[in-house]
Amino acid sequence: MEPVLTRYIREPNSYTLDFFLKHDGYNGLKAALGMEPNAVIDLVKASGLRGRGGAGFPTGLKWQFVLKDTPLPKYICCNADESEPGTFKDHVLMERNPHLLFEGCLIGCRAIGAKVAYIYIRGEFFHVQKVLEAELAKAYAQGYVGKNIMGTGFDCDIVIHRGAGAYEAGEETALIESLEGKRAQPRIKPPFPAVSGLYNCPTAVNNVETLCNLPSILLNGAEWFTSLGPEKNGGPKLFCVSGHVKKPGTYEASMSTTLHELIYGHAGGIRDGHQLKAIIPGGSSVPILLPHELEIPASFDAVAQVGSMLGSAGIIVMDETTCMVWAARNLLYFYKHESCGKCTPCREGGDWLHRILTKIENGEGEMRDIDLLTSIGSNIAGKTLCAFGDAAATPALTTVKHFRPEFEAHVREGRCTVPADWRAARTPVAH
Amino acid sequence: MSFHPLMLYDPERFQRSERRLLEEGEPFTFAPERRAALDELLTKYPPDRKRSAILAALYLVQEQQGYLTANAVRHVGGILEMTPAEVEDVATYYVMFFKEKVGKHVVQVCRTLSCALAGAERVTEALSHTLGIAPGETDPSGMFTLLEFECLGACDRAPVVMVNNEDWHERVRPEDCGRLVEDIRARGPAASSGCHLRIERP
Ligand SMILES: Cc1cc2nc3c(=O)[nH]c(=O)nc-3n(C[C@H](O)[C@H](O)[C@H](O)COP(=O)(O)O)c2cc1C
Ligand code: SF4
Ligand code: FES
Repeated sequence: MEPVLTRYIREPNSYTLDFFLKHDGYNGLKAALGMEPNAVIDLVKASGLRGRGGAGFPTGLKWQFVLKDTPLPKYICCNADESEPGTFKDHVLMERNPHLLFEGCLIGCRAIGAKVAYIYIRGEFFHVQKVLEAELAKAYAQGYVGKNIMGTGFDCDIVIHRGAGAYEAGEETALIESLEGKRAQPRIKPPFPAVSGLYNCPTAVNNVETLCNLPSILLNGAEWFTSLGPEKNGGPKLFCVSGHVKKPGTYEASMSTTLHELIYGHAGGIRDGHQLKAIIPGGSSVPILLPHELEIPASFDAVAQVGSMLGSAGIIVMDETTCMVWAARNLLYFYKHESCGKCTPCREGGDWLHRILTKIENGEGEMRDIDLLTSIGSNIAGKTLCAFGDAAATPALTTVKHFRPEFEAHVREGRCTVPADWRAARTPVAH
Repeated sequence: MSFHPLMLYDPERFQRSERRLLEEGEPFTFAPERRAALDELLTKYPPDRKRSAILAALYLVQEQQGYLTANAVRHVGGILEMTPAEVEDVATYYVMFFKEKVGKHVVQVCRTLSCALAGAERVTEALSHTLGIAPGETDPSGMFTLLEFECLGACDRAPVVMVNNEDWHERVRPEDCGRLVEDIRARGPAASSGCHLRIERP
């Protein structure tokens, strides 16, 4: 597939307004401004565009739910928090193609009737934020953002808002809370943001990559978009491949490409003649897949069918030198550290899982600890306020499920049975 | 505070639901240019939603005095019409705000899975060895603080190191750490090689 979103990213000036204008820049917006807002929503619905932030929810439908008959202002919040471990696609898009995102935000605002789009960017992407700010200033100066856009009478502002280090700020209602100047802790749903979101006004929260797909849909039509991938999984998709591969990076492909092709084709295969042991296909929050499960299309539906999720399309590859107890422990540290603390199963359970995994990794575990992991994990998943709980339980649950003998060997031999030279010599202390 | 008496949290077991009191610190008011920057930012939010600028305001505090103090929190609260408790509540949640004095250069190593698979643990070990401090500590000269951070969103360039919340070094190898530290000591932020997306040319 010809790249659509990343076609020009290797050109030195791809991020500038001049370059963008020479390559169909803001033409999608022009098309949207010539249409009724409802027609824009219908077009996006017909394209079948699904959210690229993790859940794969149809974008047109989300916009349709945004309350129309209300005197309240409406908002687009662009989710640029990109914190899911293994995910780095929005990073590339914003840094190399910022105007595409602005154009997407404006099209979204036009469709739902918003006058402001807030781009919530994670605090660590400060260098990206500087690019966005400089380019946004140019777009304002040349009349592509702000008052009376391109002389059409359409007014719309874009505001860049910097986060400050919180994975949970990526959850849509937590993002809204954070934008309102509070702790990034999710709200109870319903009401959904489409009814009561930012400042209690109707709001659509959309991922960066989702919004970046809009201009090309407006230019090329819904049919073109659906034709790029399998049924219900149309359009171009960015895949992030990291871990033990020869060429880690962001690759744009159709969702009919197989996971195998992404890992062995695009990313060059496993490094240094090692063997593949396991992959996590959609950012650290989803169940792992084994080497024999990779001959499936990397689409939302196909990956769900084999019991995992495409999620944020962050593919983490692990070779045979990886200890699965160690990997689970690494991720549980992340989840206990990032838990927002609002609900007990997640706040306390994540910490427990981490401690037990540390104990086993250090060879101090007992056989019953392995079942304890499953028991605690199942008591977190599905019992929390937001999807973070499921995500936190997943690394523990799926590693035990697929690699139980490895856990047992740790207990039996009283040490880590898969040590590797790329790991620290120090063993973590069990608390 | 833990909700379970046998499972106390300690700093290593950082939990966001904890509220930590900040030290008093020196008297604090924003320098005029920072106050002007904050006033400018406030125009981006509805007039009755000043609170939305809190993260930006706290970054400005950090730019001015390096870390957050109770005095600074009260000052910010006054401007944004928030109580000191409300400001502290927000400030202690986000990891990019420093709640105690940190070194001139805060070295933040990504420790999450993709970076760890690429040897981040050994990078932290090497930095720890070079600086003579454990992660979470500041060296006696007050020049360096070493921290572990969670996924920075550049896992294809693992392991990633960030300095002072802003400057990035990518693909750091343990054997480079000694030189990196010397370079930061000598040249400050200019020592950073930056994010590859900014420096890579086709
Ligand atoms: C714990 C958690 C973290 C999330 N982090 C992100 C994130 O970093 N970026 C993102 O776009 N979506 C993230 N999401 C998904 C958002 O809640 C939301 O579904 C998404 O932004 C909607 O946009 P989309 O429909 O365009 O995908 C996260 C969800 C959860 C539960
Ligand atoms: S599941 Fe975890 S992150 Fe989500 S609201 Fe509960 S405590 Fe917070
Ligand atoms: S794991 Fe280190 S940048 Fe993602």
